[in-house]
Amino acid sequence: MPQATLLQSLDYSVLQQCMHCGMCLPTCPTYVETKMEKNSPRGRIALLRAVADGDLEVSKALSDEMYYCLGCLACQTACPAGVNYAELFETARAEVEQANVNDGMQRGFWRWITLNVIFMHPWLLRLIGRVLRVYQSTGLDKLMRKAHFFGLMPRYLAKLEPQTPQIAAQFSDDIILPQESPAAGQGSRVGLLTGCIQDLAFSNINRDTVDVLLANGCEVITPRSQSCCGSLHAHNGELELARELARRQIDSFDLDSLDAIISNAGGCGSHLKTYGHLLHDDPLYAAKAKVWDSKVKDIHEWLVQIRFRKPTAGAGVSEVTYHESCHLCHGQKVVSQPRQVLASIPGLVLKELPESNWCCGSAGIYNITQPEQSQKLLDRKVANLKLTKVPIVATSNPGCHLQIANGLRSCGDHPCQEVTQPVTLLARAYRSERS
Amino acid sequence: MGWLKFMTNNQTQPSLTLYNELARMRVVNTVDANFIQSLQALLSPERVLTSVEDIIPYGFDGTAVLKQRPGAVVFPLTSEEVADCVRLACKRSVPVVTRGSGTGLSGGSVPLAGCLVICLVKMDKLIEVDEKNLTLRAQSGVITKEIDDAAAKVGLFYPPDPGSMKISTIGGNVAENSGGLRGLKYGVTRDYVMGLEVVLPDGTLTFLGNKCVKDVAGYSMKDLFIGSEGTLGIITEVILKVLPRPKARKTMLALYDSMDAAAKTISAIIAAKIIPCTLEFLDRVTVQCVEDYSKIGLPTDVEALVLMETDGHPVVVEEEAAQMMALAKANGARDVRAAADEAEGAKLAAARRNAFSALARVRPTTILEDVTVPRSELSTMVAFIDSVAKRHKLQIGTFGHLGDGNLHPTFLTNERDHEEMHRIEIALEEIVEETIRLGGTVTGEHGVGLAKKAFLKRQLGEGSYELMRSIKQALDPQGLLNPGKIFDLRN
Repeated sequence: MPQATLLQSLDYSVLQQCMHCGMCLPTCPTYVETKMEKNSPRGRIALLRAVADGDLEVSKALSDEMYYCLGCLACQTACPAGVNYAELFETARAEVEQANVNDGMQRGFWRWITLNVIFMHPWLLRLIGRVLRVYQSTGLDKLMRKAHFFGLMPRYLAKLEPQTPQIAAQFSDDIILPQESPAAGQGSRVGLLTGCIQDLAFSNINRDTVDVLLANGCEVITPRSQSCCGSLHAHNGELELARELARRQIDSFDLDSLDAIISNAGGCGSHLKTYGHLLHDDPLYAAKAKVWDSKVKDIHEWLVQIRFRKPTAGAGVSEVTYHESCHLCHGQKVVSQPRQVLASIPGLVLKELPESNWCCGSAGIYNITQPEQSQKLLDRKVANLKLTKVPIVATSNPGCHLQIANGLRSCGDHPCQEVTQPVTLLARAYRSERS
Repeated sequence: MGWLKFMTNNQTQPSLTLYNELARMRVVNTVDANFIQSLQALLSPERVLTSVEDIIPYGFDGTAVLKQRPGAVVFPLTSEEVADCVRLACKRSVPVVTRGSGTGLSGGSVPLAGCLVICLVKMDKLIEVDEKNLTLRAQSGVITKEIDDAAAKVGLFYPPDPGSMKISTIGGNVAENSGGLRGLKYGVTRDYVMGLEVVLPDGTLTFLGNKCVKDVAGYSMKDLFIGSEGTLGIITEVILKVLPRPKARKTMLALYDSMDAAAKTISAIIAAKIIPCTLEFLDRVTVQCVEDYSKIGLPTDVEALVLMETDGHPVVVEEEAAQMMALAKANGARDVRAAADEAEGAKLAAARRNAFSALARVRPTTILEDVTVPRSELSTMVAFIDSVAKRHKLQIGTFGHLGDGNLHPTFLTNERDHEEMHRIEIALEEIVEETIRLGGTVTGEHGVGLAKKAFLKRQLGEGSYELMRSIKQALDPQGLLNPGKIFDLRN
């Protein structure tokens, strides 16, 4: 008798929950692209159920399908039956990694370097960030591009090179103190998650988040040199590494002394809120993880919950549109709050983006693993942005931010010229009150 | 009896025993390598699916428990390609099951083991909106909602709105003669079909009907194919009738502490000579599930919730809405309220559309019925379903179309609990008996497929049942199109 697979040891009712009514089909970006059932949520669930039933071997084809899935969770929003697709998706990716159906030294090497080395060691990640920063700030990158140096690299890497995020001049720890107190009227005490990509590329957004929290009377605790939250690992079949990172993350905060732990990245927040499930078998961490889940709040969710103060000055922008990060709206069901934040800014009109909750194709590292499908989704997003004729789009996830900025850059005369985030605009509005 | 038995025993489908018999006798064949090669030559290889990962997801439709693995799935783009595939299947005696988006609720598009599945979702061209003749022409794979959206762009209206309208294809709607929430006032799919392009079982491509309102040239052949569930031919294109779009619409909610009061309201509305476009009801279990999913603030402590909608000229709509609300109150509604605007009304209707799937939240398996009785017998039927649930200790959530007598009692169960599945089998038998006794039908809008097969003869009687089978025999003597659906083939 071969060993039970992960899918076979999964609670069968999670698989059974899908009654294949098809309500998910029109909301699934990959199904809409191909119109093939295999590329749909209910089709994938049928395959996973076949594995659990012992009717299907874990194969390369199954693996390809699970990596073709964006994991955007639009199906979870659409599903009246309440299927927990996120759990099925993570279990399935772990299953195909365990079964080792993806041969290829190169894939294995890159996965190992990324998941096991770089994103497990915060100091290494930031060291790489520093090197990249110097490389970009000296203009060496442009020079190399001019010299067609990247032509020497494998074609797919060369293609990705221009998408390398611009590294921020300073990281979060340089511009945020470990403890910052509001000028007046202290209310809550919150912890801040600085993220990894967010920290490297958008430390300014972390600063804006702190400023917005301070302006609303929150004391902000920001632990130094934070680890990756592990969502990258969980979504790519490395549940054990994800557990280790979750434990580390929990340990870096003094949970009891905090009212909330604030995340400002949709993708991370969605994963951070499921530590309870991830660590439910861990005798030392199960209870702590449950408390953790109850305290993690998306920044917009938190602001609305504490009835944030409406700014009295504007942000210097008159029109904005809003792109929803999949894991913020489908994963965390935070839909109205970012809009409320934007709408609170005097003189700012929020114009709705058609298909605002349709994935932009960033989807974690999907733009690297599935560049073709990712590009199609990006084109769709850029076209929808064009329809709004609005000069600025706000979003709340570093992946979406980078992806959309890349999309707009490569599209010459686009009315939309800037990507920003709701907290940035709110922070700007608070700052201009003083001037 | 019936499909439930094989579900509980986890056996192959009984309806297919004859088919398997035929396969053994080599009267029909399954898809083989040679056949696949011919298909690939006909279409392009990427439109012929054969690998196990590709075809497992085509083993089922929206019906609980039924599944079977086909031999191949093909995606034609034109009517001619469909005809070519059918001709080939006919020559090699391979059974063919046609499929749209696979949202059917009677197992109509569940394949036979090793058969050819022709999936029409890529035939999705909207060919013409004819404002002069008030018609719309489309390929079979166009999504139902897109039909109505296209009509709406020029102020027109395609009324049939099955619960799955965002997903289902128009071809599937015609093949199943789908109903929807507006049946009471606007009728069902059949009432809007003016013409059909059909591939016959021998591969002949033909057109039935036209754009004329009046047409009595011979038998109304198109009507034979509407609701034929893929057993007589494959519908590849449709001409539909469309109406001017109603200028106003008003949605209301009435809440009741007893089902009886809800039924009385419906009778009173009809007696007042009002034909609302929608009169939907949800029982307590269903309301709770729907609210759990949609979170739109429905009260969860009511015995019955009735969703009412009237549409038409703004003045008439206002007047009818006021009258309906007054009648609801007079007949014992606890609370009656009107949706603030069309957006809120649409939200309520959308919540109702999700009722069936939302019921799946309670237990792992959801078995949906479709019994329909004359409107006057509604409260008798609802009370009977309730007593059956109590007697057999079963959980049944009921919702449906009060206006047209079409009920959807839904068993909430677990297919792995064989003892409970057995009790459901008995309960179902009793519900069907009562439906027939009250002059009703075992299926109002989902079709017979595999799920209702066992009850068909009882409802129709020998004469009408045999007439159907002889039509099938005449059109499809080889028995290759969706064999074993609706009834077993004559041997």
